[in-house]
Amino acid sequence: MLPELGHFALILALLLAGLQAFFGIAGPMVGRDRWSAAVTPALAGQAVMVATAVACLIASFVGNDFSVQYVADNSNSALPLFYRVSAMWGAHEGSLLLWILLLALWSVAVAVGSARLPPRFSARVLGVLGLVSFGFLLFTLATSNPFLRLDPPAPDGRDLNPILQDPGLAIHPPILYTGYVGFAVAFAFACAAMLEGRLDQTWARWTRPWTTAAWAFLTCGIALGSFWAYYELGWGGFWFWDPVENASFMPWLVGTALVHSLAATDKRGLFKSWTLLLAILTFSLSMLGTFLVRSGVLVSVHSFAADPSRGIFILAFLIVMIGGALSLYAWRAPLLKSTAGFELGARESFLLFNNVLLVIAATTVFAGTLAPLISDSLGLGTVSVGPPYFNPTFMLSMLPLAALMCVGIHANWKRGRLSDARRAILLSLLAAAVLGCGITFGIYSNGHVLTPVAMTIGIWIIISSLIEPLYRVRRHLSLPRALIGMTIAHMGLGTGVIALTTVQSFTVERDVSLSVGESATIGGYTLRFVGVKPVEGPNYEGVGGTFVVTRGGKPVAVMIPQKRQFWIQHQVTSETAIRVDHGNNLLLALGEDLGAGRWSVRVQVRPLVSLIWLAALIMAIGAAIAASDRRYRAARAAESAAGVVAERA
Amino acid sequence: MTPRRRRLILVLGIVAGVSLAGALALNAFKRNVTFFFDPTAVSRGEVAAGRAFRLGGMVTQGSLKRAPGSLEVRFVVTDFSHDVPVSYTGVLPDLFREGAGVVAHGSMRGDGTFVADEVLAKHDEKYMPPEVARSLKRRHGESRTGAAPGAATPAPTPPPSTGS
Repeated sequence: MLPELGHFALILALLLAGLQAFFGIAGPMVGRDRWSAAVTPALAGQAVMVATAVACLIASFVGNDFSVQYVADNSNSALPLFYRVSAMWGAHEGSLLLWILLLALWSVAVAVGSARLPPRFSARVLGVLGLVSFGFLLFTLATSNPFLRLDPPAPDGRDLNPILQDPGLAIHPPILYTGYVGFAVAFAFACAAMLEGRLDQTWARWTRPWTTAAWAFLTCGIALGSFWAYYELGWGGFWFWDPVENASFMPWLVGTALVHSLAATDKRGLFKSWTLLLAILTFSLSMLGTFLVRSGVLVSVHSFAADPSRGIFILAFLIVMIGGALSLYAWRAPLLKSTAGFELGARESFLLFNNVLLVIAATTVFAGTLAPLISDSLGLGTVSVGPPYFNPTFMLSMLPLAALMCVGIHANWKRGRLSDARRAILLSLLAAAVLGCGITFGIYSNGHVLTPVAMTIGIWIIISSLIEPLYRVRRHLSLPRALIGMTIAHMGLGTGVIALTTVQSFTVERDVSLSVGESATIGGYTLRFVGVKPVEGPNYEGVGGTFVVTRGGKPVAVMIPQKRQFWIQHQVTSETAIRVDHGNNLLLALGEDLGAGRWSVRVQVRPLVSLIWLAALIMAIGAAIAASDRRYRAARAAESAAGVVAERA
Repeated sequence: MTPRRRRLILVLGIVAGVSLAGALALNAFKRNVTFFFDPTAVSRGEVAAGRAFRLGGMVTQGSLKRAPGSLEVRFVVTDFSHDVPVSYTGVLPDLFREGAGVVAHGSMRGDGTFVADEVLAKHDEKYMPPEVARSLKRRHGESRTGAAPGAATPAPTPPPSTGS
């Protein structure tokens, strides 16, 4: 009964989303305000229906209803309750439903938050969001219905993929998707502004907090995925340039460009057309990410689904949405003209560099991700593109970006006189270089040629970001949240650069073979193998190897990495053991029984790797603070209150 | 300098930067792209000597051998037409097993052994990396997805079918 109710709710949601799109787009076009006013109830109805459908699916999972195909494929009665709930988005159909739910939630948030916007404009925004919802609902109902029944019902389910049975992966998709879907809001604002022909800087101001919030979620989502890959997949890396990782990273890069370009459009009315295009591009890449991951076209551990009809539908949908938005852009482009000018050394120039470099980075990632696909479909042979391509090309655009940022952060709007800040720039660079070289050669003592350079840049970013806020604090000037947030986010980036440099330069990893009682020393840590013992869980059994870890004779930890064999899918997974000590992440993954009483074990010592995820969290927190700035909330009153008003404390 | 001239310099600078980055990226691309070959292609000598590539196929049942206690492991990768012996030193991935698909990165040694520096067993529930599935299809006109999870039992068992 519940699955039918969910299916029915999904159909109603489709109809309501259609109404929402129609009233939202057609209402303002023909000037019928009563039509425009009908958008909000339609959205409310759609959101309730989608939530009902999600609740029904979760209830089927919790109640072990194996007469539902999707539940039978992705759950099992032995699966713990927590994972039965998260199994809802463990595969293609459910994750689409999750996407739709999050889109509905964002739409409701926009409806509530844009109550002070002109009613026609907000109707258009919600109309465009309704169109996106409509497309995804149609896709789900037509090709990926999670409520299909199985006759006769399965006696028990095939279980959730064991590598997905992990708290990190339970929350990774919802957060990542919240970021992906959040860019739909920027897209909708851009489309609404073009539909209305209102292409001054107001739309950029209204969009900024939404875009920044979406960016914060995407940052967290990517970091969570990276963290999960680190401890769960047993390979111990934090980033593999896997197509699925790239699929989430491309919208992040372009989204970062969008956040910065919106600042220039908002403050100075510049780069208007570029910002519109970026808003379209970011959301397109978010949708392309869904397409790449969920259609199974790429060689990847994450690609569960392999049904080409789905891919074709998404491709068609992408063409309609992106093509439609770009046609709208072509139609409205004559209205776009920037009157403001700026000098070469002004902040605008640096934001332009930032955008160009980020888009270049995104393009190289895009090329590397799609090259295997193109080569294969053209019959040029099966190729793969890995870290040897991605690492250098990515660094090529990122290091200049980081260095330019340290200069550009001191630049003023419009006027290009950097000479005022020359002392601050040079002094901060000098301090960073001393610290950077000190850390590289003093603490870690070796590394690549680029290690001290990248280290210096990382420290330079942190120092540069702090200069303006400290100046303001000393002069008792006001510190708007946007500035605090920006400073925190930039410091997070600097932290990330330092952590990445350390990890890439100083990681020690080795696979060793040990017999009971034997020891091995790797990266300063000595581990003694004590033995293996059997372990058992609710739906698996396995072995755990016990290792006593010491450093310079002093005990560090007892670590017990496990190897688990899941009963239902006969899949083996590694449960790595991780210990943080003196900033080093020590990771042990148990290999296999080599015979003759010896076991293989993978040992990795990665200095400061935790700092990478922490850096992402810092950036996200900074973005969240910036998004909560008061000047965005007072949408209309903001015009006069804009800018930073100096106050005596 | 007039504003127009300044803007021209800015635009030229960006164009130069973009082209430089493009050229470098293309170069990195040409040097770092890794080709995929199946055992038949390897035995036909389609692989340039000394060049690293990815070898993919099925791990032959009963071919997995190691000297007791040693990290070095040997197995045979087959596409059911030709075989290539593989040698690898290190921890095998969780999803590695005899009778299942595998992709290994490495290069050929003079004696005809493929020396792998990385073994990947990243694949979906069908236990078949997509490149391997395509290669088998090309060589045999069918995809042998039936040769599947022989985890606990040596004989291949079909995956559990739903609704049975």
